[in-house]
Amino acid sequence: MSETASRGFDDGGPFYSATMKHPGIWGWLTSTNHKRIGMLYLALIGTFFSSAMVLGVIMRIALFSPGMHFLSAQTYNSLFTLHGIIMIFLVVIPIIPTIFGNFALPMLIGANDMAFPRLNLFTWYLYLAGAVLAFISVFTNGGAPDTGWTFYVPFSLKTSVNVPLATFAVFVLGMSSILTGINIVTTVHQLRAPGMTFFKMPLSVWGLYSTAWVQILATPIIGITMLLILVERIFGIGVFDPTKGGDPLLYQHLFWIYSHPAVYIMILPAMGVISDLFPVFSHKNVFGYKMIAFSSLAIASVGSLVWGHHMYVSGQSDTAGIIFSFLTFLVAVPSAIKVFNWLATMYKGSIRVEPPFLFALTFVFLFTIGGLTGLFIGALAVDVQLHDTYFIVGHFHYIIFGGTGFGAFAALHYWFPKMTGRMPAKRPAILGWFISFVGFNLFYFPFLIMGWMGMPRRYADYLPKFTGLQRFASIGAYIMVVGLVIIIGNLLRSRRHGEIAPANPWGGATLEWSLPSPAPLENWEEPPEVTRGPYEFTDPEEGTR
Amino acid sequence: MSQSEGKTTSAAHPGNRSYLTVWGALVLLTALTVTMASLDLGALAIAAVLTIAAVKSSLVLFYFMHLRYERRLLIRLLMPIVLATLAIFIGLTYTDILYR
Amino acid sequence: MSDTHASTGASPESLRFQEERGKVGMWLFICTEVLLFGGLFLLYSVYRYKHHVDFHAASSDLSRFAGTLNTIVLITSSLTAALAVHALGEGAVDRAKLFLRVTILFGLTFLVVKSFEWGAKFEHGLYPNAPVLLGMPKGQILFFGLYFSMTGLHAVHVIVGMSIFGWVLGHLGSTVTPSKPVVLENATLFWHLVDVIWIFLFPLFYLIS
Repeated sequence: MSETASRGFDDGGPFYSATMKHPGIWGWLTSTNHKRIGMLYLALIGTFFSSAMVLGVIMRIALFSPGMHFLSAQTYNSLFTLHGIIMIFLVVIPIIPTIFGNFALPMLIGANDMAFPRLNLFTWYLYLAGAVLAFISVFTNGGAPDTGWTFYVPFSLKTSVNVPLATFAVFVLGMSSILTGINIVTTVHQLRAPGMTFFKMPLSVWGLYSTAWVQILATPIIGITMLLILVERIFGIGVFDPTKGGDPLLYQHLFWIYSHPAVYIMILPAMGVISDLFPVFSHKNVFGYKMIAFSSLAIASVGSLVWGHHMYVSGQSDTAGIIFSFLTFLVAVPSAIKVFNWLATMYKGSIRVEPPFLFALTFVFLFTIGGLTGLFIGALAVDVQLHDTYFIVGHFHYIIFGGTGFGAFAALHYWFPKMTGRMPAKRPAILGWFISFVGFNLFYFPFLIMGWMGMPRRYADYLPKFTGLQRFASIGAYIMVVGLVIIIGNLLRSRRHGEIAPANPWGGATLEWSLPSPAPLENWEEPPEVTRGPYEFTDPEEGTR
Repeated sequence: MSQSEGKTTSAAHPGNRSYLTVWGALVLLTALTVTMASLDLGALAIAAVLTIAAVKSSLVLFYFMHLRYERRLLIRLLMPIVLATLAIFIGLTYTDILYR
Repeated sequence: MSDTHASTGASPESLRFQEERGKVGMWLFICTEVLLFGGLFLLYSVYRYKHHVDFHAASSDLSRFAGTLNTIVLITSSLTAALAVHALGEGAVDRAKLFLRVTILFGLTFLVVKSFEWGAKFEHGLYPNAPVLLGMPKGQILFFGLYFSMTGLHAVHVIVGMSIFGWVLGHLGSTVTPSKPVVLENATLFWHLVDVIWIFLFPLFYLIS
């Protein structure tokens, strides 16, 4: 069935080559179309991810042997600070909502665009501005911050590097995130197609929706915290300065009140994507739809109550520590529910081994390891030993990189046909996946061991006893990078040379697969009427190749 | 485009007189709260002035900002959600402050 | 070009649909502003708990008269803003413009009073990092630190609100009309929020001595 003929109007061709009001690059920079904005974000986020990855590789090279070789401690401090700022604020927080939320959400709910298309474009410019400010901070006024991405006081108030511009950049990026959250909540409430009740929405939409609430409710706190750093440095108001009666620990409270929910901003959309992928590649309805949906909300809410677990050894009261520890264990429950439901979805399903699904499976594996290590450090007594060691670094890389990172790769491979009209080449994708998966574990598992042995984080040097494990990890990192290069290179190449994709290559039942591949600029002339759930498959052969 | 179109975007709408009444109440409450603050109420003072502030804010929210006439559940739930969120942030912080 | 088809229609149904979207979005934004100030209120709460004697003493340095005057000014500006929306709803565009201008004037009055207040504080050596202030008890240093930060951030919002109203004034009658009032309504929502924040700032800083 010809896609264009069935659509009843001239769709003007793929969204990326449609005739816009302005030609060429201006057509991209002035477009308020959700798919184009998604691609704009992809371009920037891909660039920043690569640069932060390079910073990480430099660190791994420097740490290959004990002793200081080509980096001063000061430079090393700036490296991990920048690596953290870029990865957290410029990559992992925005990656799925701004790329796939923008690209896919309207299609997933049967809408023609987001609720506020012009605001959407504005968020991209805000994001770009934040990135530019962060970049400028590296080269001006004392140079790159060396405080760690956490900007803890009193050091961030005293250090002579460019903390003000960096914190202001974070403020601007926070504004971008807030506005994206507002756009997503309004879109989900107002623009669902007729017949799409909340419980007929794809679970990826539930993921984006829960995340958007966290973006709205938590991000203002980092906003005010960054402003306070600025005001403290410039005016010395005293709120974090003990000589004026201020309490440095209150900074940590304010900082983590956002930054803990921030990790749920990172993981919830990825979980949502995975929730869409498991049913599709098992060609079977998801197990426990409502439980997964409610778990998303539960993670978002309970996850906003646990920030003190970053502060067990900072001087916080024991009472607070106990309460936060209890809440931290609670928040593991909805995540576990999701893992069980994903796996149960596979049972008696018709499994299709395709790159998106391989990434989804490894998401579950890596996220589970990361999540379990979270239980270790959620326990007060254990954290006393493990806080600020490589164990923490291993924990969050497993969760964030293994989770959101691999989730993003899953999403990218899954929606690639809708974005480009071509399939990602299967063999290179699987090769890249395998190499990066192996490399990832060789890289980060030793971190868990080294942390246990007492290796502190953010140190430019280490005791000789760690040499073996550090080298092992560094080699793992290089292997992982090779895998990542293959993945990214394959995707870039497949844009032009991949097999031409049909409208629904994977056999999905969500609405975006009823549109042509690549998607046109305008989605539907009339909103589609939704009668079935997102994972009700009719044709057992659909999606096999 | 008839002028009555403007009325379709909101439900019942307070008239000018209601707005003036609310304004009068707000001014009175301001006078009340200033008076209470100059009395020597001790610990009760902060509770009293904050309660009056809450009442004044409610008047602004419900009448000037039309929350009383708002039909959308999402909008009506927003302030409770925000206040609950703030209460939790402040409350959990106090588990540290109070017991150090 | 990329709006939903609902928004490209000219029927009252689709217009209302679009206006409603704008209202939902604005309310969500209002939430974020409450939380932005909320972080400062958290700090105020903790420091007042720790230094309540000093806070009481410092509060007596503020002019209760100026604070009360500014409260009345903002309350009245909220009234005129609401009257502007009502006027537009009745189709009285010129009356709406008048009320908006009055609102902006009240905002300006607020800022003038505030600048006199701050000026008086500076003259007495009560500003962040001033030697006079640093010689005072820690709770008082914090009180003034919070006072300047919170009323300062609030004043920034007053300026923003006035600017938005200025922009709306320029578009009243053309893109902001009786049948498309949501931009004015949203602007006044922002302004009322500015009023609500002051309703809390006023007692916390001026009425606790």
